[in-house]
Amino acid sequence: MNVKSISRRRFLESSAALAGGLVISFWLPGGGGRNAFAQAPQPPKISPNAFLRIGKDGSITVVVKHLEFGQGVTTSLPMILCEELECDWAKVRYELAPAGAEYVHTAFGIQLTGGSSSVWNSYDQLRTVGAQARAMLVQAAANQWKAKPADLRAEKGFVIGPGGKRLSYGQLAEAAGKLPVPDKVVLKDPKAFTIIGQPTRRIDSLEKVEGNAKFGLDVQRKNLHTAVVARPPVFGAVVKKLDAEKVKSVPGVTHVVELRDGVAVVGRNFWAAKKGRDALEIEWDLGPNAKLSTADLKAQFAETAKTPGKAAKKADDAEAMKGAAKTILAEYSVPFLAHAPMEPLNCTVEVQADGAEIWVGSQMQGVDQAAAAKMLGLKPEQVKLNTMLAGGGFGRRANPVSDYVVEACEVAKKVKVPVKVVWTREDDIRGGYYRPMYAHRVETGLDAQGKIVAWSHTIVGPSIMAGTPFEAMMVKDGLDPTSTEGVSDTPYDLPNMSVTLHTVNPGVPVLWWRSVGNSHTAFVMETMIDELAAAANQDPVAYRRALLGKHPNVTRVLDLAASKAGWGSPLAKGRARGIAVHESFGSICAQVAEVSLDGNEIRVHKVTAAFDCGLVVNPLTVEAQLQSAIAFGLSGALFGEITFKEGRVEQSNFHDYRVLRMNEMPRVEVFLVPGGERPTGVGEPGTPPVAPAVANALFALTGKRARSLPLATQKWA
Amino acid sequence: MAKFFVNGVQVDFNAAPDTPLLWALRDQLGLTGTKFGCGMALCGACTVHVDQQPVRSCVTPVSAIEGKRVVTIEGISETSQGPTARAVKAAWIDKDVVQCGYCQSGQVMSAVALLQKNKSPSDADIDAAMSGNICRCGTYQRVREAIKSAAASLKKA
Ligand code: FES
Ligand code: FES
Repeated sequence: MNVKSISRRRFLESSAALAGGLVISFWLPGGGGRNAFAQAPQPPKISPNAFLRIGKDGSITVVVKHLEFGQGVTTSLPMILCEELECDWAKVRYELAPAGAEYVHTAFGIQLTGGSSSVWNSYDQLRTVGAQARAMLVQAAANQWKAKPADLRAEKGFVIGPGGKRLSYGQLAEAAGKLPVPDKVVLKDPKAFTIIGQPTRRIDSLEKVEGNAKFGLDVQRKNLHTAVVARPPVFGAVVKKLDAEKVKSVPGVTHVVELRDGVAVVGRNFWAAKKGRDALEIEWDLGPNAKLSTADLKAQFAETAKTPGKAAKKADDAEAMKGAAKTILAEYSVPFLAHAPMEPLNCTVEVQADGAEIWVGSQMQGVDQAAAAKMLGLKPEQVKLNTMLAGGGFGRRANPVSDYVVEACEVAKKVKVPVKVVWTREDDIRGGYYRPMYAHRVETGLDAQGKIVAWSHTIVGPSIMAGTPFEAMMVKDGLDPTSTEGVSDTPYDLPNMSVTLHTVNPGVPVLWWRSVGNSHTAFVMETMIDELAAAANQDPVAYRRALLGKHPNVTRVLDLAASKAGWGSPLAKGRARGIAVHESFGSICAQVAEVSLDGNEIRVHKVTAAFDCGLVVNPLTVEAQLQSAIAFGLSGALFGEITFKEGRVEQSNFHDYRVLRMNEMPRVEVFLVPGGERPTGVGEPGTPPVAPAVANALFALTGKRARSLPLATQKWA
Repeated sequence: MAKFFVNGVQVDFNAAPDTPLLWALRDQLGLTGTKFGCGMALCGACTVHVDQQPVRSCVTPVSAIEGKRVVTIEGISETSQGPTARAVKAAWIDKDVVQCGYCQSGQVMSAVALLQKNKSPSDADIDAAMSGNICRCGTYQRVREAIKSAAASLKKA
């Protein structure tokens, strides 16, 4: 799901195709009910593919096709549309789009929030919608005044005519809604932008600080039951013997049902269901993964890496390594990682007379809708999927096999009452779909002057795409691009680079984790380059610059981070800096980390981030996303590790799956490269550089190289 | 049956007495502003005030709060702590703190409790009071700025 893997041509083609088919509906609501599950009656007719509604009161509702899970699309996407609409920003609200064909990604062709693509794939689309709507409003005013549209202008929610007469968008909405949608509209000159590019506060803050925002977990329905599920303790285990006798005496428990993968206990509320689950006695047949152990996997991966895998990139001269005066060999390993979104997974399902309704924070509404329909024995169009706000996701809510949605449907189908399946934190940490564990083996050949003459790189790990509907489209010749991205497409000029991949399947469900393959490849590439700089006795920034000759856009970001961080200037005693730069999702991010040690404890004091994400729609959210991506990356870099022993996950909750806390958060300073023409990715590119930047700073401080993650469990002092 | 007060209203709670206050609030009373994040007093998402002290409601059985006064995110602005709560919420909006927002009820409740006790918290005070509140979106820097800004605005008031 990398922007780079979708050709620009295809992006333009599909967005053009979509823009032609847009329908704008001006819904004229009596009231303002916005929550998907509000008791207020839904308006009788909503065009299902509407992105915009204008109320008689002048309220502007933008339907946001992407999931809001922190990244701020409920503000940035309306900003794009409203720039062209010329409305009053203070009147703008958002609504999350349900599953629907109109809401597919303009480049990927399915409804998807991922790949740091929400803004760039919506940019032309929403500007077009805004401009079309504006043209229709102007036309409606022209009709009423018997004037020419060219003599009118739109401004802040009004159409203004000759002599200064005015009609508000609210007054015009009904008439405008009956007009045909213009095929051709003229978009604004970016120089005239008044919203895009302005630091704009989020429009969802108030509901979130008042506790009124409705997440999936907050769904309330009549007669809603809660289910918790006893899932296999080892991946692939099946129930051998179930004894639910003791569960019967737990007040409030209503059903115990066996599922394809586990046992669900359903109750009148969470606590009843949870106590019911605690009282279950299950004997499991542990299956083939009963002995799974991280120590064994590490050894196997490292051994496998010694032989070349499938070629993802071939060296121009396969013999170049042999001619090297010196070689440096480095073996790396990175662990499985859980996403651990703040809101534990959940899904609410209500089977109704002629279909079903689902409430879920989903990154892939259409895929989830289809999977739900299959489980329920319905057609996709009979399943109404309401998108709820999600308390984080980081990739976990974009599961091609829709695990938690299908499971909730299975429970609802069996118990025949509305049910919300709630995962506990332990369920989440142990539930799989992790960022895969990988091993890298990198051999570099240097000539007598210390110049790189060959680079041989082998990666071993599970494939994220294998066995999913994405496999056919994305995996070519057995090569999953998410395993090698960030290595085979490195911007460094590395002569005779070969990259090979071994795809292995240790039986652990895996998934994309914020920044996908870049989450481990940046660590390997950027610590290795740093190591080569040290071997050549060169400054890490200067060394990188020399290798980036063909990529001035990367150099520019590197230089910006270095200069803003005061690279090379003296530091307080006991502190050191490290740098890393990485390109992903069409954007480039460089970071300088400043660290010290307190005993063996790593302190990251400051991260200076330079970022080129093309045209910036909302600088305030971009800055927030950089802070967020760095905090997320640091959690993984310092602490993150899912390990197996006797087939079982050893971690369970935030005490043993540590994540970054307030006292561990560095000060993050963000510097944006100005002047881009089109937006590129924002949510993820800030994550990859932080692990290598910190590891390189630790090297500068201690002379020790990190060859694995996490860092906090290694010996530094 | 446990009796206690939630946002000033008396509650007669007659489900299981070991029910954590969190689930009593969410499931029985329909107050979903208080969030579930870990169930083990590790993340702070479920923070409420009991007799004006910040408490992790996920590990507080209703039997332990007999006769006590519980205040949640939905009610905090209407209490004697209202001025602090309103200043905190305003600062949160001004500093554009929230991302996904899921942890933010807990962050706000912890911040109000801090500012009730400490009119000018230092960075170390903020670390001490707020490190029990996890934010997976990493809003910590803006939380810190917003607490300082709320403290400043309360001094002016
Ligand atoms: S849910 Fe109570 S502290 Fe996490
Ligand atoms: S805002 Fe998302 S967890 Fe804090």
